[in-house]
Amino acid sequence: MNLLAQQRALRDHILTGAPDHPPGVAATGGPGLAVYHHAYRAQLAACLRDTYEKTWGWLGDEAFEASARFHIERHAPHAWTLADYGAEFTDTLSQLYLDDLEVRELAWLDWTLRRAFDGTDAEPINEEALAQVDWDSATLTFAPTLTVRVVATNAAAIWTALAEGVTPPAAERLPEPGAIRVWRAGLSPQYRTIEAFEAEALGWIQQGITFTGLCERLAKVVDDPDEAARQAGGLLASWLQDGLIMAAA
Amino acid sequence: MTLPPFEGFGLGLRPQHYSDFLETEIAVDFVEVISENFMVRGGRPLYMLDAVRERYPVALHGVSMSIGSADGVKPDYLRQLKALADRVKPLWVSDHLCWTGVEGFNSHDLLPLPYTEEALDIVCANVSRAQDVLERPILLENPSSYLTFADDEMSEVAFLAETCRRTGCFLLLDVNNIHVSGANHGFDPYAYLEQAPADRVRQMHLAGHSVGKALLIDTHDQPVPDPVWALYETACRRFGPAATMIERDDDIPPLAELLAELQIARGLASPWMRAA
Repeated sequence: MNLLAQQRALRDHILTGAPDHPPGVAATGGPGLAVYHHAYRAQLAACLRDTYEKTWGWLGDEAFEASARFHIERHAPHAWTLADYGAEFTDTLSQLYLDDLEVRELAWLDWTLRRAFDGTDAEPINEEALAQVDWDSATLTFAPTLTVRVVATNAAAIWTALAEGVTPPAAERLPEPGAIRVWRAGLSPQYRTIEAFEAEALGWIQQGITFTGLCERLAKVVDDPDEAARQAGGLLASWLQDGLIMAAA
Repeated sequence: MTLPPFEGFGLGLRPQHYSDFLETEIAVDFVEVISENFMVRGGRPLYMLDAVRERYPVALHGVSMSIGSADGVKPDYLRQLKALADRVKPLWVSDHLCWTGVEGFNSHDLLPLPYTEEALDIVCANVSRAQDVLERPILLENPSSYLTFADDEMSEVAFLAETCRRTGCFLLLDVNNIHVSGANHGFDPYAYLEQAPADRVRQMHLAGHSVGKALLIDTHDQPVPDPVWALYETACRRFGPAATMIERDDDIPPLAELLAELQIARGLASPWMRAA
């Protein structure tokens, strides 16, 4: 039996338990096979608990472990880094908790904050560069870790409560859909609940429209150029304050 | 490619102790980090590593090279490890004699190899490839293992010695792993030390393990036990100047406890160090 066949057999045993005793493994290997079979699942479950800590806190041990087991049996890791395992866990939770929208939104927040933690570095624009910006033609470059998602529930409030160790509020639908933006400021992952129109504005900027173009689009939405300019100015101030803008040129 | 001996005593850098290492003078000669934890795009991990590197020599210790994979070492992994090594300028880069995955599957566990001529050819080809990309010799660590293969044609230590001879790589001998695998598979850990190529040993690991129903398990969650200390003393006598590190990955105690263990290692090793 060559090495590739041997490794395929041991892989299949770890994943499925079959064959019961992979060919080539010494007759005394039964207890060892059990160790590897168990260690694989234990490590992936620990990874999911670590990455999705607040979701775990929300669901509780039993429900989370059951979800993790369900996921692990259907999703083998492929990347060399364990940090990538669990990328599809939000989808698994969406499937398992079809009617509990806050679960998938909590999981998204857990995952996205973890990605922001070790995402690409970038320096926010400094005051000197800001003073040179020609706002009539400027396009903005956001922090590479910026991620935005429209949300339907108070998942952010639940996440905050769990992070602070206080009793989380009951899950509830927002009166109107909102959004959450996630980014990293310096070394600290951040999140902020935002209104849907800001999420839309961020999307426009990420597609490459100029700041003037943003003002024009907002003017069409609110049907008032002065109000649009005020809103755009408010967004810009907020983005600068949060360290979201890396460049404007 | 050569790698001069480094005589020193170190600890694994774990997040629980970051502030200790950065805010106080810790009595270690080097720290060892898990390479994959720092093969990231940015953020706090690399910031902390850069800050630690300014104060201590660093050894890069990996768990995902999968040097025994029948389908080869992954080029993207080696490229990212090379980038990290260029950044850190480590004492050395090490990983385990094992395989972690094959054909796109990654177990994230250190799976055992059959010790056959075919596996030896594959491991040597993979080591040579890794050394070419990394532009330095690597250290291979003997793993803890929980099963053996019916087709084994040589012992683990003979397999390692031949890999060193063919590729010019060096050894990271994990003394606890020798004890664990020796107990699990019925070989004499002292004979293992006798057969290891002394001139290739650059580092030793010390750790604790758990006692399972049928096997010892390499859990790194306990102090170094007496049988491992005894084996280490013999290893020091045989291998002389080499770096020693205490590995603790679970149930991590305050740094002072690990430093006290490291002091035991210094005492056992001191008669055999060049400075003695």
